[in-house]
Amino acid sequence: MIFGIIGVPKKTRIYNSPLSAKNILKVENIAFERNDSLLFHPVDFSVSSGEALHIEGCNGSGKTTLFQLLTGLLQPSQGNIYFCEQPVDRCRYDYLSDLLYIGHQSGVKAMLSAEENLRWMSPVNTSSKQIALALVAVGLEHYADIPCYKLSAGQYRRVALARLLTTEANLWYLDEPFAALDKQGIEFIEYCMQQHIEQGGTIVFSSHQDLTKVAVRKYNIIGYSEAV
Amino acid sequence: MRLNMQWTWFHRLGSPRWFYQKTQRWLPWLSAVSAILLLTGLIWGLAFAPQDAKQGHSFRIIYLHVPASFLALAGYYLMAIAGAIGLIWRIKLSFMLMKSAASIGAVLTFVALFTGAVWGKPTWGTYWVWDARITSMLILLFLYFGVLALRYTFSSHEASDKASAILSLVGTVNVPIIYKSVDWWQTLHQPATIKLTSAPSMHPDMFAPLVVMILGFYCFYALALILSTRAEILQREGKSSWVRQLVANKRGEV
Amino acid sequence: MSNFLSGGFTAYLFRELLLAYRRRGDVVKPLVFFLMVSTLVPLAIAPEPQRLAALAPGMIWIMALLATLLSIESLFSDDFQDGSLQQMLIAPNLLAMPVLGKVTAHWLMIGLPLTLISPLIGIWFSLPAVAVLPMILSLALGTAVLSLIGAVGAALTLPLRQGGVLLALLVMPLYMPVLIFGSATIQSAVDGLAWLSPLAVLAAFLAIAVALCPLAIVAALRLSQNN
Repeated sequence: MIFGIIGVPKKTRIYNSPLSAKNILKVENIAFERNDSLLFHPVDFSVSSGEALHIEGCNGSGKTTLFQLLTGLLQPSQGNIYFCEQPVDRCRYDYLSDLLYIGHQSGVKAMLSAEENLRWMSPVNTSSKQIALALVAVGLEHYADIPCYKLSAGQYRRVALARLLTTEANLWYLDEPFAALDKQGIEFIEYCMQQHIEQGGTIVFSSHQDLTKVAVRKYNIIGYSEAV
Repeated sequence: MRLNMQWTWFHRLGSPRWFYQKTQRWLPWLSAVSAILLLTGLIWGLAFAPQDAKQGHSFRIIYLHVPASFLALAGYYLMAIAGAIGLIWRIKLSFMLMKSAASIGAVLTFVALFTGAVWGKPTWGTYWVWDARITSMLILLFLYFGVLALRYTFSSHEASDKASAILSLVGTVNVPIIYKSVDWWQTLHQPATIKLTSAPSMHPDMFAPLVVMILGFYCFYALALILSTRAEILQREGKSSWVRQLVANKRGEV
Repeated sequence: MSNFLSGGFTAYLFRELLLAYRRRGDVVKPLVFFLMVSTLVPLAIAPEPQRLAALAPGMIWIMALLATLLSIESLFSDDFQDGSLQQMLIAPNLLAMPVLGKVTAHWLMIGLPLTLISPLIGIWFSLPAVAVLPMILSLALGTAVLSLIGAVGAALTLPLRQGGVLLALLVMPLYMPVLIFGSATIQSAVDGLAWLSPLAVLAAFLAIAVALCPLAIVAALRLSQNN
């Protein structure tokens, strides 16, 4: 697998907001109720541009739910989320246009090829060359045109992760990106995250292991789950 | 949403605890009124109202059938409105009322269908007739079943509440359409039908106990709804302090 | 070429058609079902032309309804399982447009072929020639309504693994008016009565369904994340 050596597509990051340096994301007292009980202790944190926030917590503590709350898949029972100092409800279009979410499920269609999937997941103006290079970078250049159901589980996941190379989003939400990856895969993601941070992007991710190459800030979620 | 003084009463209405305590005082009064109305209506209708010229004594089943069908239909709208309020203003109590209304409404629809069948046998010789009203009532029963069945789809009751509310709203748009379609379908195929309820052309002596029964059924519906919602409140708020206090008091008394 | 962020009605329509083309076998099954059940009716009831012709309007419509029910369950289930639904929900554009695109694709793959095969069924059931055009028109409009209402049920029963039966239970009462007016269109044509009026009612149903069903579908899709 070759990455980081041959032309990884470079993205230029242009922030629309005047407050680009600080407080891209601010989360205040966010909690979620299921069956009338809170899933985790209310969460408070803020992230500025050029920062990576590592969400830590044991299994079942609600990390995935937190990502779902951040992306708007679930509605919080209390609290507010602010994007560039604006409540997310007011700037929903800008917020959602500027974020990238890769969760446990890949979002990759089994019936389409890797190239078709990546094209669908990438910004409209991404050229075929950039998509091809991204697939090369994740080691799928020979599998670009076959339907994804023929790929192994690891290769399937890599199609989703190739999005990290073509996306223009400034805010990345990655829920356990290292799950089920081999050492090369982990290095690849760390490389992408490093590049993103250096160019002023923001990452919020969860993982059970620590990163070696990227400097992160940590936040611990305290879950209230009874069945742990 | 900011609460100013005019809205606090509305949001207080949504507090389950407030509802539980308020209805505590209403229960005895409401039970008495329902019992009186129902007993009066039943005895009057079954024993004292004059016989029908064509149907003899068998028409008396309308004293159960008609109120049940009224309430079944009204109950569906109540359920849908409760669902809508719960969805729009996110009031938990509204969803609890919707849940209770679903169960009670389904039972009343079944009662209406059963009494309709019982009425059909001596009158037309058959238990089932594809009359417009009866067919619409059957479809209403299926709509209720759908709302009830949706409860077990989701693992969290917040989600199943919302799903039931969405389905009952979709059904609401359909209820008038269904009624009108079945009506039209009926006239297309059987131009001359005997209407099951001929309330406007009824003799006042027969009509008066029917009115009493309808009122009694409404009171009984309210009673059943309140009791069921109270049970739902206790179940859902079981971990909160005021419920624990209630249980402790009960245990202390016993 | 649009992507998942900007994709609206046409983007999702073509994407669905492409996906369906890749698994053509699955798409054809409801149509084969429609044809096979049509042969069951004469075998089970009677092969006499008069009896078949009397049953024809209702039977054709019931079979179209069942074929739609069979296929509607998988409208959102693939997307739910592979995570595409999540990406759709996160996208900033209006969710009603992708939803309408998917439902239209479903109609193009199921409802429209059913409509086009129906003259064959008409011949099998000795349907008078005068009823063929009303049958085609009523099926074209009616199956579109069935797809829309079915999509509401499919979205509500997403979290269930075998939600097919519950889906049928949920949408059956809502299908009944469509069934009544659809078969009445054909029956009126057979009887020599005005068949444009029930057809107009079907068209009205379609208008209401296009306006209101997407709201319910979007709400139900957002709800499916709660599991």
